[in-house]
Amino acid sequence: MTDQHGQEPTRRDFIYIAAGGAAAVGGALTLWPFIDQMNPAADTLALASIRIDTSPVETGQQITVMWRGGPVFIRRRTEAEIQESLTVDISALPDSLARNENLADDAPATDENRRYTEDLLIMKGNCTHLGCVPLGEAGDYDGWYCPCHGSHYDTAGRIRRGPAPENLPVPPLRADEANPAIVVIG
Amino acid sequence: MSGPSTYEPQTGIERWLDSRLPIARLMWDSFVDFPTPRNLNYWWTFGGILAIFLMIQIITGVVLAMHYTADVSMAFDSVQRIRRDVPFGWLIQSMHANGASFFFLAVYIHMFRGLYYGSYKAPREVLWILGVVIYLLMMATGFLGYVLPWGQMSYWGAMVITNLFGALPVVGEGIREWLWGGFSVGNATLTRFYALHFLLPFVIAGVVILHIWALHVPGNGNPTGVSVKTKKDTLPFHPYYTVKDGFAIVVFLMIFAAFVFYMPDALGHADNYIEANPLVTPSHIVPEWYYLPFYAILRAITFDIGPISAQLGGVLAMFGAIAILFVLPWLDTSPVRSMRYRPVARWFFLIFMVVCLCLGWCGANNPDDPVLGTPLKFVTFAQILTLYYFAYFLVILPVLGFTERPKERPASIEAAVLGNKSATAQPAE
Repeated sequence: MTDQHGQEPTRRDFIYIAAGGAAAVGGALTLWPFIDQMNPAADTLALASIRIDTSPVETGQQITVMWRGGPVFIRRRTEAEIQESLTVDISALPDSLARNENLADDAPATDENRRYTEDLLIMKGNCTHLGCVPLGEAGDYDGWYCPCHGSHYDTAGRIRRGPAPENLPVPPLRADEANPAIVVIG
Repeated sequence: MSGPSTYEPQTGIERWLDSRLPIARLMWDSFVDFPTPRNLNYWWTFGGILAIFLMIQIITGVVLAMHYTADVSMAFDSVQRIRRDVPFGWLIQSMHANGASFFFLAVYIHMFRGLYYGSYKAPREVLWILGVVIYLLMMATGFLGYVLPWGQMSYWGAMVITNLFGALPVVGEGIREWLWGGFSVGNATLTRFYALHFLLPFVIAGVVILHIWALHVPGNGNPTGVSVKTKKDTLPFHPYYTVKDGFAIVVFLMIFAAFVFYMPDALGHADNYIEANPLVTPSHIVPEWYYLPFYAILRAITFDIGPISAQLGGVLAMFGAIAILFVLPWLDTSPVRSMRYRPVARWFFLIFMVVCLCLGWCGANNPDDPVLGTPLKFVTFAQILTLYYFAYFLVILPVLGFTERPKERPASIEAAVLGNKSATAQPAE
């Protein structure tokens, strides 16, 4: 343009570039709300925490509660299950991290880092492979077994064999201040 | 389009419209006097069948949308209400659900036709690529639609497929929640799937128009793979192929009707008559039959490949199995289009078809179960089949182009159809 019409950039050149730049930035800014609207809405985020009384859960029993639209397992483990979990060699696990939101990201997957209290194990109930709900007291490691694609979890919810890449995650947990038997999830 | 237009407006109104919007001329040149190879067989009728099924799906779908409620508390019941209470709802719902299966059946035949007769080769690469785009859109639409009845298979199918995206490194988790609109498959997921399921068929219709446009520039391929050379090689589309397509459409619709009326649930899963329950997974999750080969490929990758985890590897292999079709025109190095004249390639093609069917069989079965009582597990079988699937495109077709000695091809379509003797005896038209 400048070659044809003169040596100096013209006002038309300026307007052309300015309009093009504004259209590009404006287009991106307009696009963002249409992408972001698909993220979880404020009311969905607000429903993030629930309170569960764990006192009725007997030893060897598991209850499943709904949290954030999916299952959370609350299991009061037997002494045998706890001992079985304690003897596991952490370095030999497929996933040696605790995956516990209450601990640092690099915490090792020891039984202490996985459980809520010594006997209570609380974790999300969606297989880390493709999200199916594993069956309790099943599989080759006495923990959970996912029927969809054959992942075996042990008595601390750690992946031992199968396609799942990670241990079942432990959600944010804390005891209710007035009644320690009540656990607040989320 | 090929050649000058032969449309001649007959009436004043036609002349008036033709000088303002020549749409009648476009239709005449595209579907009446369009020069079409005279040797097309019945495998070429599936394009017309697919057009009919796209219309069936859109019409029945819009009607179903008038009665369907996209809310997790009502979706399941509203579909049951359509089947029980809405006048002819049982028929329209059955047409839509079975229509999806027959749409895919027709598209698979259409695609295998293209693979056998080399329909993807120059100058039809763009035509083929647009077809693969349509196929991808169909898969997305079919998946979204299957979620809407909100049965157990709907819910857990959606869970497994959206979790595939969670396998992506770094961004996986964010993309999953973005797709869900929450922390799990839920109401937000259902409403957006409904909106997109309504939208995509119209996008498909748009790409179909491009597909037909890209077809009408080079014109149809044909079973010999020999290009059209003279007018004697072709026939006008109407009446020759309107009648042939019409006959095939009627036969195909009769088979379709048998399913709609007598076996409306034969292609579905009983588990989808149980309302979605986020706390209980069905014991055996399988997708609809038309996704089974890709599901088998997904599950065949049970080992880490370098830094790629088995989970991500499976996802990449599954999408790669479709993506490879986009570059097929450049992978097949043979200049001979039709496998009629490729004595080696046709055997590899036959094995490829059997492999695709067997992959579907693997997808329907538990990976750890033995194949027909043999020591071979389904997962191992699927791994062998997956290897062949990719080898067919990446090794066999590229190499055969250099090593295979093709059979002699006919001089022209006319010669192939009428024989050289009668062709020379034909009076000039």
